[in-house]
Amino acid sequence: MQLVTDTIAWLLDPANWGGNQGIVTRLLEHAVFSGISIAIAMAIAVPAGIWIGHTGRFAALGTNVANLGRALPSLAIIGLVLPITAAIDPQLGFKVYPTLVAMVVLAVPPILVNCQAGIAGVDRDLVEAARAMGMTERQIVRGIELPLAMAPILAGLRSASVQVIATATLGAFFGGGGLGRFLVEGIAQRDDGMTFGGVVLVAALALTVEGAFIVLQRVIRSPGLARMEGARAAAGAA
Amino acid sequence: MIEVSWALDHLDDLAFRVAQHIELAAIPVMIGFAISLALAIWAVRRPVVRGPIVSASGVLYTIPSAALFAALLPVTGIEIQTAVIPLTLYTLLIYLRNMLAGLDGVAPEVIEAADAMGYGRWQRLLRVELPLALPLIVGGVRLASVSTIGLVTVSGILGDRFGGLGFFIFEGYRHNFGIEIAFGAVPTILLALAVDLVLQRLQGRLTPWAPRTVRAIDPGRADPGRAVAGGAA
Repeated sequence: MQLVTDTIAWLLDPANWGGNQGIVTRLLEHAVFSGISIAIAMAIAVPAGIWIGHTGRFAALGTNVANLGRALPSLAIIGLVLPITAAIDPQLGFKVYPTLVAMVVLAVPPILVNCQAGIAGVDRDLVEAARAMGMTERQIVRGIELPLAMAPILAGLRSASVQVIATATLGAFFGGGGLGRFLVEGIAQRDDGMTFGGVVLVAALALTVEGAFIVLQRVIRSPGLARMEGARAAAGAA
Repeated sequence: MIEVSWALDHLDDLAFRVAQHIELAAIPVMIGFAISLALAIWAVRRPVVRGPIVSASGVLYTIPSAALFAALLPVTGIEIQTAVIPLTLYTLLIYLRNMLAGLDGVAPEVIEAADAMGYGRWQRLLRVELPLALPLIVGGVRLASVSTIGLVTVSGILGDRFGGLGFFIFEGYRHNFGIEIAFGAVPTILLALAVDLVLQRLQGRLTPWAPRTVRAIDPGRADPGRAVAGGAA
């Protein structure tokens, strides 16, 4: 019970929310840092995944990248990148870059594989029909494959985001900012209220982002696809 | 060469941390397997509990590992269960999705045939359903093992008593000593790859009848077969 009251007291104390080491600042650091990583990873993985999925070339490469991503623990990436970035930039190389590199490296495989699998999983008959109708490859990708593959692509972004938020938390143990700082300081100072408060905030952020993606997966759908499934459901009900 | 002599001086430490790493990974992989198998069988028998079980394990899987270790620290203290419980919880979603997919994949005709032959519920489960689900179950063990080996390093945030090879990564960072970081990071990756390879072989041995295309379900990856239906991950 002591733990619960300590945690509530810590979370409710306005002094913990403001300032340049407060909850609001740490939350923004965490979100901005994660957003930048996802944006960089998307810039790499989305075009590559679409290209591999559409052309079917280097399909094994995509799968292997994903398998390698799983065997590379985030902590090992942070550790291995750290001496390199620290040598290049003694200031930020110690604090920001190792975690940023790890976040991007870990976000690329899920985005890439889901993009590739989603595009490649689109019914080939549809693609052939589109081609026969005279659509260009670019039109096929934009008009047919991307809308139909939207669900797996979003699923990839979702698991990449969860992964990135977890890695950003870990980054705090290597001099980075973000909500993980409360875990670092709470553990070091044996302040259970702060530690557990940090846990609540980190878990809430991860679950909120996951929940937002679940909503997004329902909302972002091709109107044609929604109509088609609506019609199918109506036919099924009749 | 201070690096080489440092590494040679710390081979004992390396052996200790490798053993600790394997211990901290093996216990959750085994306990998680037992819990998940029981939950999967329960979920198949009672479809009502299936949704809540899968959702709950999904929520746990979403919580960042550093946070889950830290959450237990005030509760269980610096004891082995503080490292083992979160690691076990992370295996649940991986196991459950593969076990359920494996059990779902058993054709209804096969189940009817088993019933017609007079198998009881448990006998049918043990002799028919579980053997047919085995390729995916073993695939789940493989994924859970590799993922747990990676996560063991994070338990180093609990202090020097834990972390397995991750200890060297945290310690090396504190000492600003790149070789010590690599001393932890490189063997971790090698251990994960080695275990993946061994379990891949074992998968082939245990289920020689299964096509090589049987792929375990990775919670971080969409299922290409269901991509168009929009029910991915």
